[in-house]
Amino acid sequence: MTDSVIHIQSLSRRFRNKQALDNVTLNVPKGSVFGLVGENGAGKTTLLKHVLGLLKASQGSVRVLDMDPVADPAAVLSRIGYLSESREMPDWMKIQEYMHFQASFYPDWDHKYAAELVLMFELQTGQKIRTLSRGQLARVGLLVAIAHRPELLILDEPSSGLDPVVRRDILAAIIRTVADEGRTVLFSSHLLDEVQRVSDHVAMLHQGRLLLSNPLEQVLEQHSRWTIRLAQAVTDMPVIPGTISCHGSGQELSVICNGQHPEMQKWVSECGAQILDRATPTLEEIFVARVTPAMPAQQSV
Amino acid sequence: MQIRISQEDGTPIYLQLVNQIRMLVSSGRLADGEQLPAVRKLAEQLIINPNTVARAYRELETAGVVISKRGSGVFVSGSVSPLSRREKNRILNERIDALLAEAVQLDFDIQNVAELVRQRSLTFEQGNK
Repeated sequence: MTDSVIHIQSLSRRFRNKQALDNVTLNVPKGSVFGLVGENGAGKTTLLKHVLGLLKASQGSVRVLDMDPVADPAAVLSRIGYLSESREMPDWMKIQEYMHFQASFYPDWDHKYAAELVLMFELQTGQKIRTLSRGQLARVGLLVAIAHRPELLILDEPSSGLDPVVRRDILAAIIRTVADEGRTVLFSSHLLDEVQRVSDHVAMLHQGRLLLSNPLEQVLEQHSRWTIRLAQAVTDMPVIPGTISCHGSGQELSVICNGQHPEMQKWVSECGAQILDRATPTLEEIFVARVTPAMPAQQSV
Repeated sequence: MQIRISQEDGTPIYLQLVNQIRMLVSSGRLADGEQLPAVRKLAEQLIINPNTVARAYRELETAGVVISKRGSGVFVSGSVSPLSRREKNRILNERIDALLAEAVQLDFDIQNVAELVRQRSLTFEQGNK
């Protein structure tokens, strides 16, 4: 796969009793904004750590920019920009010292661009990292992740806990990075509206398993949300074939289908119910439907 | 160029762009020959994927709403599109559908609605003098 910048094959990982990643196969196409979504503990960070070479694949393989990130970390990391979720930085350093320190690792560090980013992010480079607010820390982290114009930008939960202004800076940086011919962004997030806005590919992880990995548009087109009016009110949720989630009460239900709506439509006409509406669900609705276990089947109408 | 992206209404983002730019052109808020923002710039402004903007521009070009001049950008097409009248109807019909749906909810019949529209129109005309 020459057009993939990341190629993960049958990757599994266990931490003590927990299966953190279970047979994950994933390709990140060159030039894409690739959104990795999943609940806390779904395995997103573990997956990203394998890509960065911070964890060695115990089963399966990971190739990044046609290299093995564990065998050749310096070569891989010099071409990657990374913003970690925890944003550990040496807090005794001033921003300018930290930038200088980071620049020494990257032969391609662009001082002019870094200076532009300092202005854009309104940073005072004489300030100590210890004294920075959350938002300023995120901006410094972002600056050092993109100032060497990496081929691949990896962001682990870049927006979590940040105000809308800083979130916007981060998303704009993602867009700017990918708009530069051929650069790729891989980011994890649990803010699905954000992912839906900026991604062109999306992968869903749940309990270490990959639920899907497809172009966003395909994911949205494949799923559909239907409003159904039942012939009479029910107290227990009916089990409707062809649906992956179902909620509502009384006579009106909202269901989500994953390509198998003909079965649902058949059920609806057979039991005298009525379809009121069909719509495209949001990525968030799809995600919730996919990861929430189906209602225990109690009885059908 | 003012564009609003909503993720609630289920319309794909590229289509929202296409519809809104068509609307801006039909209503004259984007003039013939006016240049549209560069793909990258609009993507950054709206915080959406650049490919989404590129796709919307391609669709608009196919529909004859804009023309892309190699190296200089994308411009509102100067030619009057033969679909213009139909397009205007389409845009108005969307609004009318929403109006009718609400009218039904509120127990208005079509005569009531027509009468209200006429009254509003008079109010507008008076206001504009």
